[in-house]
Amino acid sequence: MDVRAQISMVFHLDKCIGCHTCSLACKNVWTSREGAEYMWWNNVETKPGTGYPTLWEDQTKYRGGWEVKGNILRPKLGRRLGLLSNIFFNPFLPTMDDYYEPWTYKYGQLFNAPQADDQPTARAVSKVTGKFLDVEAGPNWDDDMSGSSIYARNDINLSALTDAEREALFRTEQMVFFYVPRICNHCLNPGCVAVCPSGAIYKRAEDGVVVVSQEKCRGWRFCVSGCPYKKTYYNWKTGKSEKCMLCYPRIETGQPSSCFHACVGRIRYKGLLLYDAERIESVAKTPDAGLVEAQRSLILDPNDERVVAAARKNGIGDDWISVARKSPVYKFVKEWGIALPLHAEFRTLPMLFYVPPVLPVLASNTNGSYDLGNRDFFGKVEDSRVPMKYMAHLFSAGNEEIVKKALKKLMAVRAYQQAKSVGNLSVGQASAQLAEAGCSTDEAEAIFRMTALPRFEDRFVLPPYHREEAIETTTETIKQKGETGLGFTRPPKRGP
Amino acid sequence: MLETFLFGVFPYAALVIMIGGVIWRYTTNQFSYSSVSSQFLENRQLFWGSAPWHYGIILILLGHLVGVLFPDTIQAINGVPVRLYILEGTALAMSLALLVGLVVLITRRVISPRVRVTTSVMDGVLLFVLLFQVVTGIMTAIFYRWGSAWFIQTATPYLRSVFTLSPNIEYMTALPLLSKLHAINFFVLLALFPFSRLVHMLSVPLAYLWRPYQVVMWYRRRQIQQ
Ligand code: SF4
Ligand code: SF4
Repeated sequence: MDVRAQISMVFHLDKCIGCHTCSLACKNVWTSREGAEYMWWNNVETKPGTGYPTLWEDQTKYRGGWEVKGNILRPKLGRRLGLLSNIFFNPFLPTMDDYYEPWTYKYGQLFNAPQADDQPTARAVSKVTGKFLDVEAGPNWDDDMSGSSIYARNDINLSALTDAEREALFRTEQMVFFYVPRICNHCLNPGCVAVCPSGAIYKRAEDGVVVVSQEKCRGWRFCVSGCPYKKTYYNWKTGKSEKCMLCYPRIETGQPSSCFHACVGRIRYKGLLLYDAERIESVAKTPDAGLVEAQRSLILDPNDERVVAAARKNGIGDDWISVARKSPVYKFVKEWGIALPLHAEFRTLPMLFYVPPVLPVLASNTNGSYDLGNRDFFGKVEDSRVPMKYMAHLFSAGNEEIVKKALKKLMAVRAYQQAKSVGNLSVGQASAQLAEAGCSTDEAEAIFRMTALPRFEDRFVLPPYHREEAIETTTETIKQKGETGLGFTRPPKRGP
Repeated sequence: MLETFLFGVFPYAALVIMIGGVIWRYTTNQFSYSSVSSQFLENRQLFWGSAPWHYGIILILLGHLVGVLFPDTIQAINGVPVRLYILEGTALAMSLALLVGLVVLITRRVISPRVRVTTSVMDGVLLFVLLFQVVTGIMTAIFYRWGSAWFIQTATPYLRSVFTLSPNIEYMTALPLLSKLHAINFFVLLALFPFSRLVHMLSVPLAYLWRPYQVVMWYRRRQIQQ
């Protein structure tokens, strides 16, 4: 057992309101620079939809993640020599058009335009070339566009559905969508690291944050293809790759990452997990149907004496171990089993987990009238508005049982609360539902509290880095605060 | 006098600039070390430029290098006329391919608006110097037949004399103008090397071939208590 610690995350999708506050919090801190304008280290996309960059989930197009050939786990981009032979031209690289060309407006026109019959307008100009631009795509162009023929209908996860199911999904009266906010997953088996020829991307052993060394990066840009989530970005101005670094300057000083802190829906949780690094490769080779379970088994119980002993042996301090015991992520993923990795079949072992959204059919439209039917209050998981096959394609590598189990538990918790606080369901009914979902009343209570009433300290349980003490010995804390950041030593310049 | 300077002094100046410049840039501003790829901004034309250019130039450069380091090998190959024809024919084909590649790359820099704005003055200078080098090289090959044969009688001993610090410029002064220009321009390229994107040649990531896929770094080495 080779125990390591990982800062990991849970996003509770039922709570996301799609406000994009998270994206802006990140943009303001990290990517409002030339060359990075198009990057959204945090983005929120609407599902069904094609996402950002367009069709990022389609690995026949970008070759991100891993594949198992024979019994060998290898990057989809190819083995080392094959990969290097593409170094002068990477056929699987997304280009700016797959994201969008960043733009601003000629605001000056509004004030300086000569007097004329028409109102002056501020036309869009490209932030790259400075020329007028007909804006055709933006970072969240598919926002709320369920049913649209360019976005929703091209979602590759729909391939799991029959034509009839697909049509049903997009019928106007039944239209459904939900939001999926995405950041780098700080994977245990990161695809970005594996394909970087310079060895510039690395995983920090102490906390699992994956970062790109700006000094060592040589702009070979394989990481952009190699990350199946498209969470490494190429800075076209500096010629270096950049990615989310989980706001490590913040977490090292005890603050949650910006997007977590800013989240309006309070959907985000952050905590420590202990995992067994020895088994990463064997777990990543598990056949699709067993992947989610296998990944869960990699996460170790911080209360297990043997785990604790092995952790101590690896230099993980008691303060970190006790933080791991209070981890909200551990509860969601391991204890309750209701948080699942996004696209586990990419085999990077992502460390960001999603609580899938419950989208029950509450009523139907029969002959123009609102018909509640004689179903149980929330109906059955199986007749959710989004077919289980689709959910399984996103959250459990195609294994429907796993999403179904999680959703059943979430529904049961709702029924239980409904019975308790509204009383339109009998306690007997609710208990039966809980029992069916394999959930005790204590657990239901705990899930409810962590979902609906968590305090700041419950959502973000961060380990002490003691970095501030180390800093104080060399620099004044106030001075250090001003200098904390990406660490550029000179302005990133390129071009005339 | 001029030739003494160009072939006896300038090569050393260029070498000093190159080595000193690379060390200076690497130690003071490693952040600027990058291939500064523009594929992200434009990738359709790039394929027709970058692939033939890079593969071509690598083979041609290797050919020159073999000529300098192992002239006997070249001589042995050229001993049989058929092999000489094959060698020269391949070299000419490769250099034409890389010329096409270079022209595509230059055109792309001019006509693609996104690529143009990321082009620095040094990029322009470099492309011009490279084009000059390629054209003089190909013209030498066409007008002065069997270059691979006389290269090892002239350039090889000359370059060796430069590296042994006793430059013998007679080898060069006897050559036709085209070849002289080709040689001088080579030293110009060396001098430009540290200040241009050419530095990415030093970053060829061969170590990747032997590296484990995952890179994990410890902030402080773990102290394993046995
Ligand atoms: S999600 Fe993050 S850690 Fe995982 S492969 Fe992509 S960039 Fe790397
Ligand atoms: S801030 Fe929170 S609620 Fe708003 S879009 Fe982002 S994740 Fe969703």
